[in-house]
Amino acid sequence: MKNKIKRISALLLAGTVLFGSSLIAGAADIERSYTYNYDWWGDVQDSPDAYEVTGVYTSVDLGLEKGLNNPNGLYINGSNIYVCDTGNNRIIEITRTGRESFEVSRIIEEFKGDVEVTTLSGPTDIAISEDGNIFIADKGNCRILKLDQDLNYLMQFDIPVDSTLDPEITFQPHKIVVDTAERVYCIATGINKGLIKYENDGVFSGFVGATKVTYDFADYLQKKFATQAQREQMVSFVPTEYANIFIDYEGFIYAVANGQEEEDLDSEQAQAVRKLNLMGNDILVRNGEWPIYGDLYWGSAGGYEGPSQFEDVTCMDNDIYVCLDKNRGRLFGYDDQGKMVFAFGSNGNMDGYFRKPIALDHMGHDLFVLDILDCSITLFTCTEFGETIYSAIELFDEGAYEASGAAWERVMEMDGNYDLAYIGIGRSLLRQKKYREAMDYFELKYDEDNYSKAFKQYRKEWVEDNIVTIVVVLLILFLVPLGIGKVKSIKHEIDIADIFRT
Amino acid sequence: MFAKLKNKEKWNKYFDSLKFALYCITHPLDGFWDLTHEKRGTYAAANTILIITLLVRVFKLQFTSFIFNKVYWEELNIFLYLASVLFPLALFVVGNWALTTLFDGKGRLGQVYMATCYALTPYPLIQIPLIIFSNGVTVDEAEFYTVVSGISLVWAALLIIAAMGQIHEYSMAKNILFMVASLFAMMVMIFILLLFFSMITQGVAYFISLGRELLFRL
Repeated sequence: MKNKIKRISALLLAGTVLFGSSLIAGAADIERSYTYNYDWWGDVQDSPDAYEVTGVYTSVDLGLEKGLNNPNGLYINGSNIYVCDTGNNRIIEITRTGRESFEVSRIIEEFKGDVEVTTLSGPTDIAISEDGNIFIADKGNCRILKLDQDLNYLMQFDIPVDSTLDPEITFQPHKIVVDTAERVYCIATGINKGLIKYENDGVFSGFVGATKVTYDFADYLQKKFATQAQREQMVSFVPTEYANIFIDYEGFIYAVANGQEEEDLDSEQAQAVRKLNLMGNDILVRNGEWPIYGDLYWGSAGGYEGPSQFEDVTCMDNDIYVCLDKNRGRLFGYDDQGKMVFAFGSNGNMDGYFRKPIALDHMGHDLFVLDILDCSITLFTCTEFGETIYSAIELFDEGAYEASGAAWERVMEMDGNYDLAYIGIGRSLLRQKKYREAMDYFELKYDEDNYSKAFKQYRKEWVEDNIVTIVVVLLILFLVPLGIGKVKSIKHEIDIADIFRT
Repeated sequence: MFAKLKNKEKWNKYFDSLKFALYCITHPLDGFWDLTHEKRGTYAAANTILIITLLVRVFKLQFTSFIFNKVYWEELNIFLYLASVLFPLALFVVGNWALTTLFDGKGRLGQVYMATCYALTPYPLIQIPLIIFSNGVTVDEAEFYTVVSGISLVWAALLIIAAMGQIHEYSMAKNILFMVASLFAMMVMIFILLLFFSMITQGVAYFISLGRELLFRL
């Protein structure tokens, strides 16, 4: 909304100065830093790097005989990294042995068991339950496999039995997650009814969390008056398919979708990221000033146009979730309130730049990004700046408010344009009952709600401290006019009194 | 000139006419009739009210609590900001006069201006206390601010309508018709101004490019 107002007012301003500026060339583009953020107004603020590239690992670096081919999925469990090498029909398990050292511990190409096909065909995702059972989205073989940790076949999940489903559709499980009870949630290509949910015994139990269908009145009218033939030509109003899902440590599912219309994103009819509870309802907190869809502004330069296209999402244990934009090769981190923590990355061939990033996962605070074209894994580790932000957030969640405030102070020293730091210091001060100081920090970054919280307390304290003065002032305000009136009336009576008449 | 300032009678007349604004906003029909017909209003008072209104607009930017008014200082142009009051005012006064003078309106241009300025009185009167008030409330109590702020605008708008009816000696229906017509007149003027400026731009650009071309060739 604000976005729109700003655009319109900019347009008006442009109109008013039109005839003065038409002769002046446009301002030169400013070079932007690798990492950036948006302030309250939505202006881009350069920022120190929250993450830096520690390494880019290709099949050569990992010591693989056969190079990666079209890798689609990345999954991390403990210190194991699983790469779904879709083009080579295998899954590679890599163990992280040190900060920057990795070794291939096993290559999953086939499994033991009493089924016809014991090899994989184009696996796109893998998930591991708490018991150590391995779930594989075996896309080419139209099944989701459940194997034990020694790769013995346990069971498989097939196409859901549902009358609303087109019977001719082939089941292509694309992305899967497994919850603590070994229930499987799956995104299948061509099925847009939401996530396919299986109970742990393999029974299909329904679709959850379908995205809302969005259309506007103009679409509706056009459809209403179109002929049958025209109608078939038109895009049908169907829910968007999710691109990827991630299950967090609490069992909530983060789901990202891309390809929505810009207007729908702007009007928040469509959501790029959703956080689904067990019922499939979206419970993502959107308290930030700006909608959660990555870049707020986009040009169409360099062959990339339109809004960010979220391809994958991962949520860390401190509730910060990171979304991967395949359009411009960027990573966007948001906190549990939906405020942007960082944004960085771009397209390119350098380290830290991507050709076509496809999957993202985290190990602790480290981020791993898989590039499908480059066939490489990029490892990002926190810089001091990023680590301080995380520690400030984590300390606050633990209840160590003073320490959190101190950490935010350090963040502010490193980046004076970092809004969350000011609000973080304010929140810490608020908890320490230093309301006046907290108000100043909130006011600097336009945080109305927290400001009001602090102000309410401050006002209460102020009234309690000054109650005597307030009562005295009120009394004076009432009594003085009353007194004046009284004196006047007495004077009047004296003036008209008979005894003074001569 | 200084002798004029010392003229006590003039000062009394000025303060009386300024005080008369308070009567006008509470008794609009009677007040605005007397404003011109009984010569109770002065241009000095009208100008004062307008200047106070403009000052309040500026003070509002600086002193209203950020909860109600967030100012993007980087792009604020104080002259454009003030023009956002003065420009519509000028358009309205000229547009209204130009129309009503053709249709038996009794008010002269100056009188239309004076009455409109007098009708603005509720704005500073309400907004000044509101600026102080805004610094003592939280977001939960924001509704009150919005409502009172709205009242100041609606009140002023109603006063303008009443004032125009009285100074032009129009009936209710005719008055409202001409208020709507004035709005259209304002739009027409904006359109013509835009047209004019874009023509000028084109014209200037043409001669500049002609000059450049000549410089290249010669």
